[in-house]
Amino acid sequence: MSSFVCNFPFITILASLFSGAASSVIPGKWARRWNKLLLVIIAILSFVTMRYSWKLGTYYTYSMGHFPAPWGNEIRVGVLETFMAMFFSLLMLLCLMGGEAEREREIEESKQNLYYVLADLLISSLLSLIYTNDIFTAYVFVEINTLAACGLIMIRQYGRTMEAATRYLIMNLLGSGLFLLGICFLYDITGHLLMSNMRAVVDEIVKQGTYTVPLIISLGLMVVGLAIKTALYPFHAWVPDAYGYSTLSSSALLSALVSKGYVFLLIKIIMRVIGFDFVSKTSVSNVLFIYGLIGMMMGSINAIRQKDIRRMLAYSSVAQMGYIYMGLDLGTEVGIVAAIFHIISHMATKAMLFVAAGGLAAASGDHKEFAYLRGAAYRNKMAGLAFLSGALSMIGLPLFSGFISKLLFAQASMDQGYKMFFALAAIAISTILNTIYFMKAVMIIYTPIYSEEKNRIGGRIIYVKDQAMKVCVFAAFIAIDLVLGLFSEPIVSLLTIGIQMFG
Amino acid sequence: MSRHLKNEEYEKTFSGKFRQWLNGESDPFLGKVEQKSQKEQRESRKQARKRRQEHETLLTEAYNLPKSRTFKLFGKAYGLASVLFAMVLIVVLVMAVSYLPTFGEADKPINNEVSERYIEKGLEETGAVNIVTGMILDYRAFDTLGESHVLFLATIAVLVLLRVDDDSPGHEILMEQAADRFHEPKNDIILQTAAKFLVPIIFIFGIYVILCGHLGPGGGFSGGAIIGAGLILYLTAFGFNKTERFFTAKTQKIMSVSALGCYSLCKSYSFYTGANHIESIIPLGIPGTILSSGLILILNICVGVVVSATMYTFYVMFRKGNF
Repeated sequence: MSSFVCNFPFITILASLFSGAASSVIPGKWARRWNKLLLVIIAILSFVTMRYSWKLGTYYTYSMGHFPAPWGNEIRVGVLETFMAMFFSLLMLLCLMGGEAEREREIEESKQNLYYVLADLLISSLLSLIYTNDIFTAYVFVEINTLAACGLIMIRQYGRTMEAATRYLIMNLLGSGLFLLGICFLYDITGHLLMSNMRAVVDEIVKQGTYTVPLIISLGLMVVGLAIKTALYPFHAWVPDAYGYSTLSSSALLSALVSKGYVFLLIKIIMRVIGFDFVSKTSVSNVLFIYGLIGMMMGSINAIRQKDIRRMLAYSSVAQMGYIYMGLDLGTEVGIVAAIFHIISHMATKAMLFVAAGGLAAASGDHKEFAYLRGAAYRNKMAGLAFLSGALSMIGLPLFSGFISKLLFAQASMDQGYKMFFALAAIAISTILNTIYFMKAVMIIYTPIYSEEKNRIGGRIIYVKDQAMKVCVFAAFIAIDLVLGLFSEPIVSLLTIGIQMFG
Repeated sequence: MSRHLKNEEYEKTFSGKFRQWLNGESDPFLGKVEQKSQKEQRESRKQARKRRQEHETLLTEAYNLPKSRTFKLFGKAYGLASVLFAMVLIVVLVMAVSYLPTFGEADKPINNEVSERYIEKGLEETGAVNIVTGMILDYRAFDTLGESHVLFLATIAVLVLLRVDDDSPGHEILMEQAADRFHEPKNDIILQTAAKFLVPIIFIFGIYVILCGHLGPGGGFSGGAIIGAGLILYLTAFGFNKTERFFTAKTQKIMSVSALGCYSLCKSYSFYTGANHIESIIPLGIPGTILSSGLILILNICVGVVVSATMYTFYVMFRKGNF
């Protein structure tokens, strides 16, 4: 504990909590500026911490208060955590900037600053979920995450968003409840809330064979709770409305950040609390694997049936969540790395697709249905380009990040017996399904409309010349996707080292 | 009737008034308490038909009820399946409990060094006689920091959902309906007199609970809830006009933000010094006195302010939609 850099994670968490509170008393315009500044600062500080941790070669713990770890709270910082923190804050900045015009139109003037309160508290909860080494702190910030996400959905006051928010709240509270129940069971058999100490006791339990039943049940409860919150396939009922009708930046934030925060917590529980070896031996892992595979198929099949571009993207998120769960439960560390790479790649790509879909809809008189979107890419060129590259990345074309994550999944599934066969088959089929719906969307937006047809779609043809900021956002999104696709080698090695520090 | 006083004078005394009220000659509340009788709800035949039509459209358009037998079947199967699932979950969880360590046993895993230090050294290290307060506001203060932000966030979410603004559609109708209790009596003497007695006592009791959180049972969360209840009682008795003389939306915001800011600031100091092994300059004081246990007193006050503001805002928002 020598360098001042060690304090940065704690500073980012406290600063975002404080900005959340302060944003409620300042006007919306200033709240927006403050929020941007905050996100940039978090990204920079996280980057500096990442370099420090990289040089240190190991993780370090930071006690929150005067009392050492099992008595007080503690956060734990390594390469992976800081990298995720940096990526989350950057992506949040891009999502918020990308949906700014829509947000200012759809949300009432006096509620503008409340949006940034929610956003600030959301990033604080994501940072805490990333850094915390205490499972109860994780639960507290899961609550903040859920409430903030619910507010982000319903801040656009419109019938469908109200229904979506109600569904979201009910399903997510069920998830939180199960997660809390799992924590209670685990606390009763281990007597600790600190993750590292829990792990020591869990290893003892596994060795001695006492309390194995409650251990598996608590693992099951926590996993199912988080699976509901991340919209794994059978629990995805809240997704399409929540992602499809809320304001643009909210959809992007929900699909790109909120669900990924929970996945990261799940990875933390698997790697740090229960132990990867034990989890991959239990049936919980196999069940999740099967649901992951079903999710990959059913999410894509449902996406093909959609007539609305935002709902299509929402179902596509369900399918991509299936990939992540498949990677987590392959039973190899490479699978975990693949899952984390897919988290990153999906975060960047899906946020880009949502923002681009918003741009295309703006060029079609605010209609999100495919019937109105014909030729939209010619009317809003930059959004069309972003949607195209996002779609190609999702399908898994080389050059883009999606290809790398699929390659990593395929590599991870090697030597895994029957799981290899299922995983490879699922990746192949799901790639075809992805191609069907993404290429359909791309073909529709790149089909020109002839003048005699204009009347058929209601004569609503609007040419959008985006503001410089939105163009920059799209360019940044495409650049991130290409960097992840072209220079994946250092990132994958960083993630591998991060995972080794993480466990 | 009185033997000593004349009839006119007797009517002005307390017992005279009481006798008049008893005989049903006068009503002291008449003219002082505004009351609005509720009208019986009547709808014309046209309105009734419209309502029925809307209901049917909902069933046919949204749920496609008459055509889809699958929907009906699904509804029944869903109910059955959910009951079955709940039963299975109950059985599994109850069975899991039977595998857990026996309740109250001495060598349970939870009786380890963690709780031992809380109990044995809690008073010495935090200066709080109430060990629970010492735990939540000193040992595990980061969790409580998150928890108070959860409350704040709940206020924000309710504001997002329910706030009626001057420029929102249908604002005037909403405000008129919500302006005050429409059918309830205004200036209810019984309620006002009771509130006059109770509100100060409730406030003082709430403040006591907050301030003595580190000495005995209580603390910010419970004390804040008591003060919030007092505010709500005052509002119910005296209406918005009187309450807004000292408590408006602005007051609530400033209170919450300054309390949360103060909490964050105090805890930042203690986290920073703790993690960097710097000696904290805050004295713990003599355990048992009111000014003791370092930052806990300040934190309790902050939490209490946030909780009371949250409770009051919830009430106002659900009743009126705006301050």
